[in-house]
Amino acid sequence: MITIYKVSFKNLLRKRTRTLLTIFGIALSAWVLASLLGFNKGYEASLNKDIDNMGFQVLLTAKGCPYEAATLMLKGGTGLRYMSEDVIRQVVNEPEVDKVTPMLMQAVFDPNKGESGGFSAYLGVDPVTFPRMKSFLEFKQGGWFTRPDTMEVVMGYEAAELEQREVGDLLLIPEKEIELKVVGVLKRTGTQDDGTIFMPVKTVQNIFNKPGELTGLGIKVHKEADIAAFEEKLYGLPDVQVVSLAQVKQTIMSLVTTAKIMVFSIAIIAILIAMVGVINTILMSVFERFQEIGILKSIGAMPWDIFKLIWIETFILCFLGGIVGTGMAYGLSKLTEILIRNLLPYAPTGSLIQLDASLAGVTLIAVILIGFVSGIYPAWKAARIRPLESIRSEVN
Amino acid sequence: MDKESVAIKARNLTKKYLRGSEEIYAVNHVSLDIRTGEFVSVVGPSGSGKTTLINILGCLDNPTSGRLSIDGQDIFDEGKTLSERQLTRIRRNLFGYIFQKFYLIPTLNVAENIMLPFTFYRKDGAGENVARLLHLLGMEKRKNHLPGQLSGGEMQRVAIARALVNSPRILLADEPTGNLDTVRSDEIGRVLSKLNQEEGLTIILVTHNPKLAQAAHRIIELHDGHVKI
Repeated sequence: MITIYKVSFKNLLRKRTRTLLTIFGIALSAWVLASLLGFNKGYEASLNKDIDNMGFQVLLTAKGCPYEAATLMLKGGTGLRYMSEDVIRQVVNEPEVDKVTPMLMQAVFDPNKGESGGFSAYLGVDPVTFPRMKSFLEFKQGGWFTRPDTMEVVMGYEAAELEQREVGDLLLIPEKEIELKVVGVLKRTGTQDDGTIFMPVKTVQNIFNKPGELTGLGIKVHKEADIAAFEEKLYGLPDVQVVSLAQVKQTIMSLVTTAKIMVFSIAIIAILIAMVGVINTILMSVFERFQEIGILKSIGAMPWDIFKLIWIETFILCFLGGIVGTGMAYGLSKLTEILIRNLLPYAPTGSLIQLDASLAGVTLIAVILIGFVSGIYPAWKAARIRPLESIRSEVN
Repeated sequence: MDKESVAIKARNLTKKYLRGSEEIYAVNHVSLDIRTGEFVSVVGPSGSGKTTLINILGCLDNPTSGRLSIDGQDIFDEGKTLSERQLTRIRRNLFGYIFQKFYLIPTLNVAENIMLPFTFYRKDGAGENVARLLHLLGMEKRKNHLPGQLSGGEMQRVAIARALVNSPRILLADEPTGNLDTVRSDEIGRVLSKLNQEEGLTIILVTHNPKLAQAAHRIIELHDGHVKI
C-alpha cells in the first residue's frame, strides 16, 4: 500500500544529488548545533570537575595578581610570592573551615627536560591533610609519604611516564643535586595532578630553603557555610589574597562567554544558510512539479494534502540531515574538541564536548522544527496551485 | 443510475475573457446533455474552446454565466458557484481526468502510480480496483516497472488506471493521444471504448484525432465557442 510518506520520500529520490546536498547542508548545521550544545555542557562540567578535583573551594595566596593566582590554581606553575605558615593558625579555627592544607610550589630549570630544557615543578603538600582533601587520588603503585619530612616523592601519572620512574627509583632535583625516592605513582586523573611531582611540604621548605613559607593554603569549607561571607572575613588577614573557585570560574567563564557568543553566531548563520537551502530546494521542486501538483489536485488532493506532501518532504530532509549531523557530531567530537581548544583562551582538562542522548534529541528536534518552519512557505505555495492553472500551462 | 439518466446538463454556458478591451468568448452559450454511460467526443479546430468546455464540465473552471448540473446537483447557476472545497469533493467523487501528458511519478512503479489517489482519498472498496484495472488495461505484467521503462501508450494506460482507481462516474480525457503515435493512439481508443462498453463509464473525450473521435457514440463539434449543429 502506498502512503503519503512513501510518495514524499520517492519524490526526493528524483533529484538525488540535490537531495543529498541539501541533507549534507542540514547535517553541517546539525553538527555545529550538536557540538555547541555538547560544548556548552561539557565545558562547564569539565571546569566544575577541575575545580572539584582541587579538593578545596578557597585558596589563600600571598598578595599578587588574581589572574596569576587563578592560573596557579588550575594549571599549576610557580608561586611568585610567599606567605607565612602562621596563616594556618589564623584560619583553621574559623567556624566555616572544614579542613586546610598548606602548599609550597617550587620550580627548577631542568636542562635535560625535552630538547632545550624545561621547568620541573614540585608541589610540597602536607602528608596528613592533602590526601584527605584529595581523596579521589588513586595510586597505580605505592602510596603516600611515610613521614612529614621524608626525602620521598609521589609522582603524577604523566610525570612518572615522562621521567620514566617507578616506585623504588630515585629522582634527582636539578640544581639542588638531591635525590629523592619515588614512593608512589598516581593513576591518571585527567587533571594537572597528572604532571605534578608531590613532596612533603617540610621537605620542599628544607631543600629550597623556604622555612615557614607557603605559596598557598587550600581551604575546604563546610557545605552549609556561606562562602561569600567567609571570603569577606579572609580579606581581613594581612598580605593575603583570597581566590575562591567561584571567582576563578566566573573569570574563566567570562572569557569563554565571548568565544561562545562568536561560535553561536556562526551556528546561527549556519542554520540560516541551511534554512535558505531547504526553502530553495523544496521551492524549486514545487516549481518543477507545478503541473503535476495540479494533476494531483484534479485526482482528489485537497490543499492540505498537498501542503502535507511538501511538508513531509521537508521533514524527511531535515530528519535525515539531523541524524547525519548528530552522528557527525558524535563521530567527529575529538576533531571538534581540538578545533575548539585552539579557539579558547582557557580550556579545562577532561572532555570539552559532552554529547548524550538528550542533546542528540534536542538537536534533532531543533533541526526538524527549523525544517518545518522552512517548509511552510514552499508547502503553502504548492497548496495554492489551482488544477486549472497547471492544465492551462500544459496546453500552452 | 439508469443508463438514460442525464449525467451532465449544461445550459447557456459561457466563458469570456478580456484581451485588452476586446471580449473573447471561449465558450459561447453552449447547451448540452450528456447521458450516463454515453461516450462523447468533442472536436474542433485549435482555439475553438474544446478544452475550456471540458474544464467547465469537469468542475476545473467556472463559467462566466449559464447553468451546470452534474448528477442532478447544481454546480453553477448564473454566477453562483460552490466553494473550492465542495468542488474538490465533487471532482474526486465523480470525475477521473486524463491529459495529453501523463504526469506519472517517475520514482513510483506502475501499481504505486495507480494507487496514488489513495494517499488523498479512497472510496469504499476502491482497493480492489487496482488489480482489476491492471488486468483490464493489460498492465498486470508491468505493475512493478517504473514509468521510464514503459512506452507512451503504456504510460497513458497507467494514467487512465490512476484516473479510474477511485471509481469515478465520468472520465474526462483531454487530448489523451496527443503525445502518441498512430498505433498507440488506436490502442488508447480501444481502451476507452472497452471502458465505456464493459464498465459503463461516461466518457467525454477532447481530440484532434478523427479516428479516435469516431469511437464515440456522439461527436460534438465546436467552432469559435459555439456547438456546431
